[in-house]
Amino acid sequence: MPDLQALVTDFVLKLKRRKIEGSQATAKQTAELLRQVVSQQRMPYTNQASVLIDAVRAVGEQLIAANPIELAVGNIVRRVLHIIREENLSSTTAAMEGLGLTAGSDDDEGEHEDRPGLSAAAVAAAARSTLRAPSLQTLLEDIPESAVAPHPSSSGGDSEGKSKSADRSSRSKKLKHDVIEAINELIQDIDTCHELISEQAVEHIHQNEVILTLGRSRTVKEFLCAAKEKKRSFRVFVAEGAPRYQGHVLAKELVGKGIQTTVITDSAVFAMISRVNMVIVGAHAIMANGGVIAPVGINMVALAAQRHAVPFVVVAGSHKLCPLYPHNPEVLLNEFRCPSDLLDFGEFSDCMDYGSLGGSPLLHVVNPAFDYVQPKLVSLFITDTGGHNPSYVYRLISDYYTADDLVVQRNSTN
Amino acid sequence: MDMRRPPRTVSDPKVRQVGFVTPSPAPPTRSLSDAPTTVAAAAAASASSPPSGEISLPGSSLSPVMIPPPRHASSDGRPSAPVAVPNPASSLRRDSLRIRVGSYNASEVVLGTPPSASPSSRTDNATSEFSEETMSPWHGRSGTAKVASSFPGSSGEMIVMKTSVGGGGGAGSTPKSPLTTASVVKTLPGISEKERDVLMGTQNDGAGVSKTLKEKTTKAERRALQEAQRAAKAAAKEAGAGVKPSAASGSAVVANTKQGKVVKPPSQKKDGPQIAPPSGSSEKKVVDRPPEKDRKKDVPAPRMQFDDKHRVEKAKRRAVVNQFEAKNRVELFRHLPQYIHGTQLPDLEGKFFQLDPMHPSVYKVGLQYLSGQISGSNARCIAMLLAFREAIRDYSTPPEKALVRDLTAKISSYVSFLIECRPLSISMGNTIKFLKNRIAKLPDTMSESEAKSSLQSDIDRFINEKIVIADKVIIRHAVTKIRDGDVLLTYGLSSVVEMILVYAHEVGKQFRVVIVDSRPKLEGQVLLHRLVAKGLNCTYTHINAISYIMHEVTRVFLGAASVLSNGTVHSRVGTACVAMVANAFRVPVLICCEAYKFHERVQLDSICSNELGDPDVISKVSGRQDLNHLDNWADNENLQLLNLSYDATPSDYVSMIITDYGMLPPSSVPVIVREYRRENLWI
Repeated sequence: MPDLQALVTDFVLKLKRRKIEGSQATAKQTAELLRQVVSQQRMPYTNQASVLIDAVRAVGEQLIAANPIELAVGNIVRRVLHIIREENLSSTTAAMEGLGLTAGSDDDEGEHEDRPGLSAAAVAAAARSTLRAPSLQTLLEDIPESAVAPHPSSSGGDSEGKSKSADRSSRSKKLKHDVIEAINELIQDIDTCHELISEQAVEHIHQNEVILTLGRSRTVKEFLCAAKEKKRSFRVFVAEGAPRYQGHVLAKELVGKGIQTTVITDSAVFAMISRVNMVIVGAHAIMANGGVIAPVGINMVALAAQRHAVPFVVVAGSHKLCPLYPHNPEVLLNEFRCPSDLLDFGEFSDCMDYGSLGGSPLLHVVNPAFDYVQPKLVSLFITDTGGHNPSYVYRLISDYYTADDLVVQRNSTN
Repeated sequence: MDMRRPPRTVSDPKVRQVGFVTPSPAPPTRSLSDAPTTVAAAAAASASSPPSGEISLPGSSLSPVMIPPPRHASSDGRPSAPVAVPNPASSLRRDSLRIRVGSYNASEVVLGTPPSASPSSRTDNATSEFSEETMSPWHGRSGTAKVASSFPGSSGEMIVMKTSVGGGGGAGSTPKSPLTTASVVKTLPGISEKERDVLMGTQNDGAGVSKTLKEKTTKAERRALQEAQRAAKAAAKEAGAGVKPSAASGSAVVANTKQGKVVKPPSQKKDGPQIAPPSGSSEKKVVDRPPEKDRKKDVPAPRMQFDDKHRVEKAKRRAVVNQFEAKNRVELFRHLPQYIHGTQLPDLEGKFFQLDPMHPSVYKVGLQYLSGQISGSNARCIAMLLAFREAIRDYSTPPEKALVRDLTAKISSYVSFLIECRPLSISMGNTIKFLKNRIAKLPDTMSESEAKSSLQSDIDRFINEKIVIADKVIIRHAVTKIRDGDVLLTYGLSSVVEMILVYAHEVGKQFRVVIVDSRPKLEGQVLLHRLVAKGLNCTYTHINAISYIMHEVTRVFLGAASVLSNGTVHSRVGTACVAMVANAFRVPVLICCEAYKFHERVQLDSICSNELGDPDVISKVSGRQDLNHLDNWADNENLQLLNLSYDATPSDYVSMIITDYGMLPPSSVPVIVREYRRENLWI
């Protein structure tokens, strides 16, 4: 346990100091840490799911507080919670079916009495099933649950609940195992999301197209390189993305793959966009309304693309899907970098002195890290599950998250 | 010569009403063969100018369109000084707007800053003093003294050019000439000398009061002379010109060209943006062209396309500067010239003593363009004009040649040299057009010294009237749009916007400035330095953060390199982005641009007409040694760096254009171009 605690504090420190670059790395490390949390959690005979959920939540709360701007952390915490709930649900229903009971609803009732903490999960599962995309399978699955939804009020399952306790202990070890398996799968998903995304590149990049991007995103790089490998020849304009100038890195990487690349300044975006066929950018996070938190400068590109009716495509792994709806994201989901990226302090230190005379300084330097792009400016999201409209994002989110987990922090404080 | 001069009568009264909203139209029936003396009066009437007392700028009613009547109209027959002469110290909104356009008095326009000239630059030569001080507001971009030091005896001047804006603005406002544009052709050299004396005197004692009196007398004198000359000339013209059509308007509308239009000033074909005019061939184009050919000139000649191999070869053979094509050109911009940067400068410096046809001052300006020491269209324009002024002063007509022809050829060769150093801006094209026009209109009877001094005073007047005073008018207009508590955003470093901000601060407005900057020039840092030093509250950011910062902004003030006839604003790259984001956030965008930068050309995108900067500056980020990813970029043929200089802002992003003729919507730009060109008032 102290081992785990050390790991958590170490990771929290890293997050606080912004040592981890990129949401993919953050997501992966968060998932690995949570896997540790789950595997080291001592499992009681009862209440296993809720114990796991509480443990993950406690750690997740710390992680989110460490860097609330890095939404990938919260996303992964929520997804692990979702995994636990799902596994629990499936194992219980499987067990019930194995016992030859009529419906899973009885099990729910039993749990309702034993473990009041999980009743919320059951309700959430019901809520989720209504949110989930109405595929044929989910419709069939959901029928019994929704049919017996009123049942929990009746208290008919007392005796059954006690008789089941032995079975529960037999599947108790299985739950933890399943959860760890699922988290491993999640980590693998995060690792391979680039491949899944870049597989779709050929469908979107045509021969002789001109593509514009800003800054550097690994997903974009892989996407473009995949298209190049499929023998598409196209031309890429890379806006350098001041003040980090990651565009230079991207340009170098693309040129290494043999792609015709032109580096432009960020200010030339509007001038060039009229000759561009498609804008492809990466994202920091995709919000539930279809808006995008992206590196600074991309809103400008999106507006220019809209003006010239150029498709604005966002490529992002599903770990960037954030189930929160943004409110004033330019301010609340933004962070400020060091002013010395923009201005040399030595050069302007004398200007700073003017401020000491009047109280407030005369010179402010604003260096935000992120932009918020409205959903109406986005033409398409390309995630590892395929292409989606901004209006469809809320549906995707219901696939990955349980509505109950959306607010991680407030639940725990309550 | 006189025949070529367009008659200043207005043939189409309906069109006039578009431009001027004042209600009394011109009498529709007016024959061209009016008595010459009535021409001026008729022009004034057709300009529908109310009695002079009411010609205050209509700024008190803050309507967006404010096109004051043409200048000569308001200055005609005005008995005395304007009623409300605002005291510069106390000149707040309303008062300051009562200045009449036609009667610019330098003492009225001094921007609060005392006209104390820098004593170090004082020389015996009044003209050079004037020139340096007028230039100073537009200079001061920090540049290395490389060129200056390589130049014998010019380093002192360079330092003067870097003087601060405030002092420069004050000093620059002192010289003035209240002449009207239409009638200055024959300003007597004596008068211009006198005016310069006046100028000297006021600069030396720094008192504006005595100056006003002197101005009055000289103005009256001069006007009498002009009237006499104009009458004489018009008489001669009426006698000589038999079949001249009336519509001499300046080719703003292409359709007009079909209907037998004439009399463009002959040198116009070789106007600015046309790249690399061959110095040799210009001579025969300049004068004595038959009128049929003139028609073609109404449409601006297509610019040289550098993807045309044949023509590029031809141009190269003539070039003074050795230019090497840059490697890894961007395919989209093959039509624009791009040379390896840094190779020309040492080469040119070495050639300094070999290039005898080049005047040293022109040469110096060329080097300054090349090194980027002078940038910004006003600064470039003024530097060029002053260099030409020097060249004209030192010019002497070679034997067996006519001054008009030879001087035009000379100027053309200078221009082509300057183009080799850096492609002309549109405003410089307009200015060159103006100068050649003036040269072509010099009467044959004029002696050489008279002609030279007339040209020099023309140049002085152009700088003063079209740039210095125009800026002051723009400032007066723009300040009315600044309210207490505003957050003003500006992009890059525009001389006019800087003056507006400083003036608004001096007047006591409470506002905050957001300076948006972009690589690679980072001009905004210069502006930031100056504004913070003046005590303005500034916020600095890069263009990428524009969406973040725009939330708090209430006004956007932008400068422009040119405003084109379809309302497109041609300006430093990034302006379009700023205007677009401002438009998306419903923030008004105000473009500040002197009217001499207006051009009849139209443009839809930023690709066709642009200028390529040095691509190397993109690969290096100053102060960031860790960014070396693009070193040796030229070795890889797949990698190109593109350094655009300009972009085109669509007119629908522009809320208002503030010019010296008032505040207009972008749709009124062609009106200004057409009307003032016709009146010969435009340039």
